[in-house]
Amino acid sequence: MSKLLKHRDIRLKQRYRAEAFFRSCGLFAISLGVFFLLVLLYSVFSQGVSAFWQTSLTLSVKLDAKIIDPEGRRANDPQIICIADYPRLLRNALAEELGVSLDDLVSLREVSRMFSFGAGSQLRDLVVKNPQLIGTSQKLTFLAASHVDSVFKGQVNLSVSETKRKLSNKQLEWMKKLAYEGILHKTFNFGFFIFSASSRPEMSGLGVALIGSFYMMFIVLLCSLPIGVAAAVYLEEYAGRNRFTDLIEVNINNLAAVPSIIFGLLGLVVFIHFLGLPRSSSLVGGLVLTLMTFPTIIIATRSALRAVSPSIRLAALGLGASKTQTVFQHVIPLAIPGILTGTILGLAHALGETAPLLLIGMVAFVANYPVSPMDPATAVPVQIYMWANEAERAFVERTFCAIIVLLMFLALMNIAAVLLRNRFERRF
Amino acid sequence: MSAQHIVRSFDKELDYLAKKIAEMGKHARHMVERSISAIVQDDSFLADRVIAEDIVLDEAERDIDEKAILIIALRQPMAVDLREIVGTIRMSADLERIGDMGKNIAKRVAAMTEIRQSASFYKNLEAFASLALRQLDEVLDAYAKQSLERIDAVREHDDEIDAMYTSLFRELLSYMVEYPSNITVCTHLLFCAKNIERIGDHATNIAETVHYILTGYYPLSERPKDDQTYEVGLDKKRIFQKNV
Amino acid sequence: MNPELSIKMRGLDVKVFYDSNQALHGITLSILENNVTALIGPSGCGKSTFLRCLNRMNDTIEGARVTGHVFLDEEDIYDSSLDVVELRSRVGMVFQKPNPFPKSIYENVAYGPRIHGLARSRLELDEIVEKSLLKAGLFNEIKDRLHDAGTGLSGGQQQRLCIARAIAVSPEVILMDEPCSALDPIATARIEELIDDLRKNYTIVIVTHSMQQAARVSQFTAMFHLGTLIEFGATETIFTSPKEQRTQDYITGRFG
Repeated sequence: MSKLLKHRDIRLKQRYRAEAFFRSCGLFAISLGVFFLLVLLYSVFSQGVSAFWQTSLTLSVKLDAKIIDPEGRRANDPQIICIADYPRLLRNALAEELGVSLDDLVSLREVSRMFSFGAGSQLRDLVVKNPQLIGTSQKLTFLAASHVDSVFKGQVNLSVSETKRKLSNKQLEWMKKLAYEGILHKTFNFGFFIFSASSRPEMSGLGVALIGSFYMMFIVLLCSLPIGVAAAVYLEEYAGRNRFTDLIEVNINNLAAVPSIIFGLLGLVVFIHFLGLPRSSSLVGGLVLTLMTFPTIIIATRSALRAVSPSIRLAALGLGASKTQTVFQHVIPLAIPGILTGTILGLAHALGETAPLLLIGMVAFVANYPVSPMDPATAVPVQIYMWANEAERAFVERTFCAIIVLLMFLALMNIAAVLLRNRFERRF
Repeated sequence: MSAQHIVRSFDKELDYLAKKIAEMGKHARHMVERSISAIVQDDSFLADRVIAEDIVLDEAERDIDEKAILIIALRQPMAVDLREIVGTIRMSADLERIGDMGKNIAKRVAAMTEIRQSASFYKNLEAFASLALRQLDEVLDAYAKQSLERIDAVREHDDEIDAMYTSLFRELLSYMVEYPSNITVCTHLLFCAKNIERIGDHATNIAETVHYILTGYYPLSERPKDDQTYEVGLDKKRIFQKNV
Repeated sequence: MNPELSIKMRGLDVKVFYDSNQALHGITLSILENNVTALIGPSGCGKSTFLRCLNRMNDTIEGARVTGHVFLDEEDIYDSSLDVVELRSRVGMVFQKPNPFPKSIYENVAYGPRIHGLARSRLELDEIVEKSLLKAGLFNEIKDRLHDAGTGLSGGQQQRLCIARAIAVSPEVILMDEPCSALDPIATARIEELIDDLRKNYTIVIVTHSMQQAARVSQFTAMFHLGTLIEFGATETIFTSPKEQRTQDYITGRFG
């Protein structure tokens, strides 16, 4: 019988070995990618997550009329309430809590360094809004100073000598006491998403950058989606194939590969110098990103249109539908998942783009919220870039936290792309 | 046939049918030939062998039928192929009938032994048989060579057979009138002659089938099919005029 | 030919060029009303090209150029007076692969009447849809699933849906490009039965690779080879005793 089952040498062993080798190569490549991704995520999250919480002080503050309005003129001059020495109220309240005498000026200075500069403004806004509170005691929560925050989160090496630290041993003692009494604690850092740029880390946030990014995404979507889809539909469905359309096609493909900084230069020359649009505004940023996104959208849309089975076109044409009816009633609806996916990926790309925005002046210290797209603004990635240049520990934390926010937005957009595609594809 | 089929086994199957028809033709011819010589030589041993051999033709016909049906089912033949296959079925039936005729002739040998006549008595029957067999040879040859002209020529010769049959009929009739003792042998010979005439008819049928295979239609003109024997009895005067 | 038969469509010296390639070398062929005409021939012989000339589907192929005349009721369809959209509403088409729109069965059938404005009310449209599905022999199978996806049907049902969709615009001629090549024998038999039914009201031209199918469904057969019309005649004649050697060779499987 063994003669019947003749084993021919068909190089089985080598073939299987080659296959196993290729598989392990692929597995290695993927694990390498996953490893670096995990390293990236770990480093970003480990350093950034803590910025979602901010150290605050909660204590009862006596709104002493003598300090706010020592001469009792506030009935005639409402301005008095605005310029009153609110930090002193806080300092006194904290000093009282810590048992520091109001005559010990050295200690008092150290007490006043415990809370943020912004806490005074917070108190002022409260009193200006409700002047009837003067004279009462209010339980208030306000931000601690950024170095208190850093120490409280354990980010500062306390073994170095006292002179090289921002916090003295006495302040550390106070912190322990306050933390024990529950006065010093961490709260969720809403301010991070609301505050604008500030030189004080505990007072700075992504507010302006988020608004700027939102405006820009809106402009990109508004401009590049219709233009891109219209151009793609025309090129794919209507334009004949000749040297001219070939040229356009090559150019569009090249445009998608042009470095983004060149789009920034283009925006600078065309939108700012030539058209005179305001510098640093999200309008210009949005337009520049539009230029950058729409080749991507054209390419995605064209491939989505090309992927629609020609039999559908033939079916519609065979029934006597006109070219436009065929395209708009059959081809585009079937291409929508692909178009949307391409658009969202293009938007996500634009959202993370920094270089062209630097050139059109969006890298600016913007403290006021932009009311319209014409106002100066920044964008999230630009904010990351700016914070990354700061030295303070609290800013490093914020840099990473902003990266987390940006990554989350990108992830959300990608998930939205997948969901939209599934939704439209499941229709039938 | 023009070019070969793309599926070459189809050609082989068609060739097999054609070969089988040729074999059947040869065998049928051989049977008739030997049945006639058995009568002439009063060889009952030979006659028995002819009778026994008829089964070969029956089997061949069945074989051709089965093969043809199989080809139709499996190959769905069209046009000339379809005509060829259907024609083969019909030809095999005709050839089988020819074999039966030979067997019928051979069966009469036993009955005629008692009343054996001189060899010259059978001369015309022998000539008649060889004419019918020549027709059969011709038609089978024409089929093998796919020659339309020769097929049409065969059809032309059919009236010769009819004419010869009519004259043989008259001859035997006159023998019977002359010597009533001849009636038995002459009746037997009449049936033999009838059988031979039927062989000619079958040969003509085959010719028509081959014509259909080759052209796709049956020969247009109605051929003069009838012999004239149905008139013979009505016209006693003519018999007497001839023989008295 | 029988004088009772009237000519529905007529190609006169139709030549088709794909860029510099000539696909059809002057075809002159008449399509008879209320009959099924089968176009047969080996692949690339131009039978599908000729079929597409009959409702100007060649217009959609880039680089295709058609010369000569095709008459529909004595009206030249390559004349500018007849709009191609109107032509296609009169000469419908069913394709090789069943290609229902990815919409509901109802929407598939209703699409044609809707774009041509054939129904004045929802009720009328419902009636057209039902009638078309009935004529296509599909209604009883899917009457409870009218609003299910057309793409969820079996291959044979999809093809009948495509036929119903073509019928819904009340064409005069239905062109079928190998309508059964993707179907199993039972679905094929259903379509063939349907074609025979439809013949009473429509003129049908069918391209097929199956000799048996051409023989079964058609009354007239045209044999194409290398872009020329080799033979045209009654189907019985073509399949039992064709005049031309090339037809004979093709249908008996002898093409070398």
